Amino acid sequence: MEAVAFYSFSVLAIVSALFILFSKNLIYGAFALFLAFLGVAALYVLAGADFLAVTQIMVYVGGILVLLIFGIMLTQKVVRQSEQEIHNKVEVLTSRGVAGFLIGSGMFLFLGYIIIDARFKMQGEVINTNSTIRTIGVELMTSHLLPFEIAAILLLVALVGAAYLALNRNPA
Amino acid sequence: MNTIPLEHYLFVAAALFCIGLAISITKRHFIGILLGIELMLNSVNINLIAFSRHDPERLSGQLFALFVIVVAAAEVTVALAIILRVYGHYKSVDPDEVKELKN
Repeated sequence: MEAVAFYSFSVLAIVSALFILFSKNLIYGAFALFLAFLGVAALYVLAGADFLAVTQIMVYVGGILVLLIFGIMLTQKVVRQSEQEIHNKVEVLTSRGVAGFLIGSGMFLFLGYIIIDARFKMQGEVINTNSTIRTIGVELMTSHLLPFEIAAILLLVALVGAAYLALNRNPA
Repeated sequence: MNTIPLEHYLFVAAALFCIGLAISITKRHFIGILLGIELMLNSVNINLIAFSRHDPERLSGQLFALFVIVVAAAEVTVALAIILRVYGHYKSVDPDEVKELKN
């Protein structure tokens, strides 16, 4: 049962990722990314990371994807050159496509070779508790307190910087 | 529970990473490149969480993945703001047409 869920969600994530790669319309790509993120969140649940799965859905699907779709809509061409032009069309040069295919498949072969060759010896127990929230909360507030605070400051700086860049249309 | 071998998680993550890399290379649109980068960040998180299955007391991998998500959120907001400024200046979202510093 678990194996069926794992492989079906993996196929969902990979097929949606391939759809982004081959779709010409960027909005369709963004919605396929939504499916890919959901598949990845399901993989997190199967690996015993329930809190991260919920965080993934809230942050990526609720925040980042909406921002990306806003970005696509705000960068529309107002004037279309021709009536037949497809909405949000992304051209792919043949040379770029060949380079992407070669680099992507080469990278996959390389990583696959490393994974097969590695023979990880895992120590310790596999996760068997129902929830990881307690451990994550305790760890965040004790041994990972400094990165937690730095992440807070990073988010504040990113918020101020993004608002400045996007609002102030004429800084000069 | 947890009958899936670790290598299968790693293979799924590797496939998603390479597809994200290919998306970033082939798309001629700034936001298409961002989509590829988000996919790559997600696939790296799968690796971290898969290894973190074997560390139930400390969950270092899951905490690392949490910080990766935070940094990804910060990155995408700033990147979108920059894309909007570049679009306002060049009226284009094609990275090949932003070449004022070339030559």
